[in-house]
Amino acid sequence: MKKQTVETLGFNLFRLGSVFVVLILGAILFDIFYKGIGAISWEFLTAEPRMGMTEGGIFPAIVGTLYITLITALFSVPLGMFAAIYLNEYARQGKITRIIRLSIRNLSGVPSIVYGLFGVALFVRVLHLGTSILSAGLTLGLLTLPWTITASEEALKTVPKSYRDGALALGATKWQAIRTNVLPYAIPGMLTGTILGLARAAGETAPILFTGVAFFLPFLPDSPLSQFMALPYHLYVLATQHHDVEKVMPLAYGTALVLIAFVVGLNLAAVIIRYHFRKKRG
Amino acid sequence: MAGEAKVWTEGLNFFYGASQALHDINIKIPPHKVTAFIGPSGCGKSTFLRCLNRMNETIVGTRIEGKVFIEGHDIYDRSVDVVDIRRRIGMVFQKSNPFPKSIFDNVAYGLRIGGLKDKNKLAEVVEKALIDAALWDEVRDRLQESAMGLSGGQQQRLCIARALAVEPEVLLMDEPASALDPIATQRIEELIHQLKEKYTIIIVTHNMQQAARVSDITAFFYLGRLIEVDDTERIFTRPKLKQTEDYITGRFG
Ligand SMILES: Nc1ncnc2c1ncn2[C@@H]1O[C@H](COP(=O)(O)OP(=O)(O)O)[C@@H](O)[C@H]1O
Ligand SMILES: [Mg+2]
Repeated sequence: MKKQTVETLGFNLFRLGSVFVVLILGAILFDIFYKGIGAISWEFLTAEPRMGMTEGGIFPAIVGTLYITLITALFSVPLGMFAAIYLNEYARQGKITRIIRLSIRNLSGVPSIVYGLFGVALFVRVLHLGTSILSAGLTLGLLTLPWTITASEEALKTVPKSYRDGALALGATKWQAIRTNVLPYAIPGMLTGTILGLARAAGETAPILFTGVAFFLPFLPDSPLSQFMALPYHLYVLATQHHDVEKVMPLAYGTALVLIAFVVGLNLAAVIIRYHFRKKRG
Repeated sequence: MAGEAKVWTEGLNFFYGASQALHDINIKIPPHKVTAFIGPSGCGKSTFLRCLNRMNETIVGTRIEGKVFIEGHDIYDRSVDVVDIRRRIGMVFQKSNPFPKSIFDNVAYGLRIGGLKDKNKLAEVVEKALIDAALWDEVRDRLQESAMGLSGGQQQRLCIARALAVEPEVLLMDEPASALDPIATQRIEELIHQLKEKYTIIIVTHNMQQAARVSDITAFFYLGRLIEVDDTERIFTRPKLKQTEDYITGRFG
């Protein structure tokens, strides 16, 4: 074969690959939108499920997902940022930091059901938080921590050394240099990565399964120690655990659509933050 | 070059890990003069400059031996606060490094981290520093604009203003004009000439004409050693050592 033929063939193969990926994604989104949009109404978004979940809405599941996402963020964002600042700015780079980084990378590959089991052992049992928003949020926090740390470290790495040196040469202490001349430029990147991690956590089912999510609750959670409903689990219940699958399938698709809208919304927020700060910095 | 010294070193050795970059440097730098460090690339000029404000400490795995004095006080003494040293001995980097903040905030940076909050006082010092750095007339109407929008030469003068704002006694400059065009370079050189009235200036340059133009004292470094130091005029007309003469006349390096 001629060199040029090989080039063209390769190029088209790669193009085919990416087109295929986009097509699959499009098909999924279209399917969910097409089958779910009919279920969406004001009542669906603001009412409790009724009549054995065959009617009514998914309000408690929306609220539950918001609550645990909030707990997840409160736990993993600061912790992840502190860890990243320590690793990137303070720790002496060597064998130990390499081992820590390797562990973090590996943690992000651990199946989410394992985090669920760990959450039961640590938060539900040992710390006596019971099956609750707190236990589930913290479990998801652990799950997102590797993402938060890695994203935050990447963000810190994009800040040039000359910003640090310039500050130090003007008599800044190390922390002053980091606080005033590194973090302001790293935080948008940190947030972007972190929000992507949160979006992933919001869609998880396994980690919340043993740590606090409820099959059905006729009322909203009234404290961080309450059980709660959540979108991904509600979806799972409707789609596979319900006795009248035919009847609730549209509701399942509606729930899926809301969940996807939530996740896409978070991703969009990440994109907007990045865009906004990039413009400001340029 | 008689008279008392502002900064001097005794038996200074410096190591990057196991490799020794500076060997037994002894030099006296007089106040209110411009001292130029010349020598071929890689001979240790920047390394030596960074020893004088302890910036080498930011590079991991480095080690220093010997002493550096400013007005009789060893800057590496345990009782000395490195923050104080860097405020007394300012630095301008080879590659201009304005922060992505406004022009005003760049110049005010050192004052603010030093705890100055008074708005009027800040504005006053910023203006004075910009005047001293010969930049005021060009930026007075756009102090709140980003420093990243300035030209290369303006950025470097901004970095000089930023260093001057904390009122250092000594100003270290590492090839401050190496990335600039001839006109911007000339402005920096004129500026250096004016600044020596108030400051003790040490400048690294790979450009011998520049050293001859701006400096009173010239120190020639080669392979991590200080070979010869003398009045600039004498170094360029009748150096004592053959090595210096060879370098000056362009026979190597
Ligand atoms: N950060 C560093 N780590 C290791 N070696 C370095 C570092 N900076 C400089 N060196 C080495 O030290 C020697 C002197 O370098 P430098 O002070 O930059 O020379 P100059 O400024 O005269 O060109 C060179 O051999 C250089 O490779
Ligand atoms: Mg150099």
